[in-house]
Amino acid sequence: MSREVVLKAENLVKHYPIKAGVLRRTVGYVKAVDGVSFELYKGETLGIVGESGCGKSSLARLLMRLEEPTAGTLTFDGTDVYSQKGREMRRLRRDIQIVFQDPYTSLNPRKTVGDIVGEPFEIHTDVLPKRDRRQRVQQLLELVGLNPEHINRYPHQFSGGQRQRIGIARGVALNPKVIICDEPVSALDVSVQAQVVNLLEELQAGLGLAYIFIAHDLSVVRHISDRVAVMYLGKIVEIGDEDQIYSRPTHPYTQALLSAVPMPDPTLRNVREQIVLTGDVPSPANPPAACRFHTRCWKAQEICSIDEPLLIERPDGEAAHLSACHFAEPRVVV
Amino acid sequence: MTSSLGTGGARTVEILDSRGAWKPLDGLLLEVDQLQVEFRTRDGVAKAINGVSFDLHEGETLAILGESGSGKSVTAQAIMGILDSPPAFVTGGEVRYCGQNILAMSEEDRRRIRGPEISMVFQDALSALNPVFPVGWQIAEMFRKHRGMNKADAQAQAIRLMQRVQIPGAAQRVKAYPHQFSGGMRQRIMIAMAIALDPAVLIADEPTTALDVTVQAQIMQLMADLQQERRMGLILITHDLGVVADVADRIAVMYAGRVVEQADAFELYAQPGHPYTQGLLDSIPRLDQKGETLSAIGGLPPNLTSIPPGCPFNPRCHYAQDICRVDPPPPLREVTPHRLAACHFSELLLTHSPELEVTQTTEEVEAHVELELELPAPAVKLADEQSFDRGGEPL
Repeated sequence: MSREVVLKAENLVKHYPIKAGVLRRTVGYVKAVDGVSFELYKGETLGIVGESGCGKSSLARLLMRLEEPTAGTLTFDGTDVYSQKGREMRRLRRDIQIVFQDPYTSLNPRKTVGDIVGEPFEIHTDVLPKRDRRQRVQQLLELVGLNPEHINRYPHQFSGGQRQRIGIARGVALNPKVIICDEPVSALDVSVQAQVVNLLEELQAGLGLAYIFIAHDLSVVRHISDRVAVMYLGKIVEIGDEDQIYSRPTHPYTQALLSAVPMPDPTLRNVREQIVLTGDVPSPANPPAACRFHTRCWKAQEICSIDEPLLIERPDGEAAHLSACHFAEPRVVV
Repeated sequence: MTSSLGTGGARTVEILDSRGAWKPLDGLLLEVDQLQVEFRTRDGVAKAINGVSFDLHEGETLAILGESGSGKSVTAQAIMGILDSPPAFVTGGEVRYCGQNILAMSEEDRRRIRGPEISMVFQDALSALNPVFPVGWQIAEMFRKHRGMNKADAQAQAIRLMQRVQIPGAAQRVKAYPHQFSGGMRQRIMIAMAIALDPAVLIADEPTTALDVTVQAQIMQLMADLQQERRMGLILITHDLGVVADVADRIAVMYAGRVVEQADAFELYAQPGHPYTQGLLDSIPRLDQKGETLSAIGGLPPNLTSIPPGCPFNPRCHYAQDICRVDPPPPLREVTPHRLAACHFSELLLTHSPELEVTQTTEEVEAHVELELELPAPAVKLADEQSFDRGGEPL
């Protein structure tokens, strides 16, 4: 089956300068995203997991072109995103939209739901004539499971889960092809999380959307994703389809991450082997040389601090998938 | 179990010396009995805790599981005596430590319990630690205030504790400030402060919620080791069903300020005895459900200023019948040995009885919520919600 690529990132890099002193001289760089490449296919969900500081959210901002990259290219449907200007760029923005993590701060408290969901039409005025907008907003509210009659309410009159639905309605307003979901359910309670995950899946099936689903909750990512990329300190260390990553992970970091997630089943207690890593994630301003994980890795040998392992296909027991470890071997951890 | 524990006079407290060494009887450390707390706000009285009862034994881990607004943090703060009053008022019930009701004690006596006997780890270490004092000074404060140690001895004790919680280079870092530590290290410092005086009861309020999973694993491991070594009773407050499954001996599930179910961890996960617990467990994405719709609990937790009559879960419950909608709410009762549940149909639920009728589906619950919203004055108010949970607990 040939799959159509909608979004292709090649070697994306984002370094933020660290300024110090009275002259605000640049003394170093935070290497937030450091050479990330992937392809997103039409209608699929690519999950991105990693710990805080690994560059997930910086990557989201790059994909939205809310930040200009230090290096690298991003291609959407064959168009180079970062070279577009003015009107062309605005046209392109319709196709890539975002849903933010915190439904409390990402909605303007002074605007009504109608204003918030209708704002994309104010910016992209040629999409819909003014007289049709209100009706379209009501349709959108209905689509995400809110009462269309609540169009004149304010965000504070809704609960967290409902607010996230408003954010999603705004995200799908312009009929995008790609939605970047940056931790869309992390701020929600368990019982509400499931409602929002279900909504995202329904919308994907109905509208043919492709998602980049960024989250740290590995069980939610597994549920919703077709493919999963694991990030560590600005780099993808392993990427593969959901089954490859969860059932046959070959990178030690993926294995540690998966084994550290507590499973909601007490019978697995003491049965499941847990890999407890020592220490914290090193600072992205001064990442370890070569393999960035070698300072916390139990498999690390001399080569790991000299020679950077490439993200290439490495055998995983059944077949092979991309992994960046010299000593990649499958290990069952879940 | 809990609620049936009387205040019988047989429970005596041996006081060994003038510092007040407490002795638990039959290993029973803490009993919370019909605790009630309300917040009096301008928008009305929010009934945050409505008769919560549980007990805690030596060396036991009791998990209090609930969503935001369920009253789990307020319960912890009431036990510690650190509720802001006003707006919060304890309107009923007792909290007995080694048989003595600590809610009735003078502030002076309570201070002697807080720290040496019952201690707490907070969720957000950055806001719980004082940013303008070195961490060593803050840990040492426990020894200076409670034990009357001099500065040098207290400092030495602080270093020893920092080593115990595995902070690398403790002797060098004792003079560092909280912002110079990572999130995981700050949480270790909080734990060091909490265990400084060797408490018998440790209350951990979402201790790992703000941390990454690999760091969370380290902290849970550390807490388990410390608990084993000191035979502490641990109350773990969390919303994470995974963490609970990993460490809890017993679980109390809270909803709208009530304990709706209490059972052994293994039994509870194997077979929930309350529809809310069942809903929570079902909403976790499971492997075999890949690509399917998750079974969500419809609707929202009730607003605490207007908890529905009867069982507070009835508007969202799949099995709600007329009896569930009238007061009094179903009491927390023993449905099978060592298992308490507050549901009229708990036995039917536990036995998968075909007599248990599904009266409303998730869709019908959602439709019902819509109707509720049609009524005047939307009840959700952000300011109130936030006053219940300190810090960034998921909403």
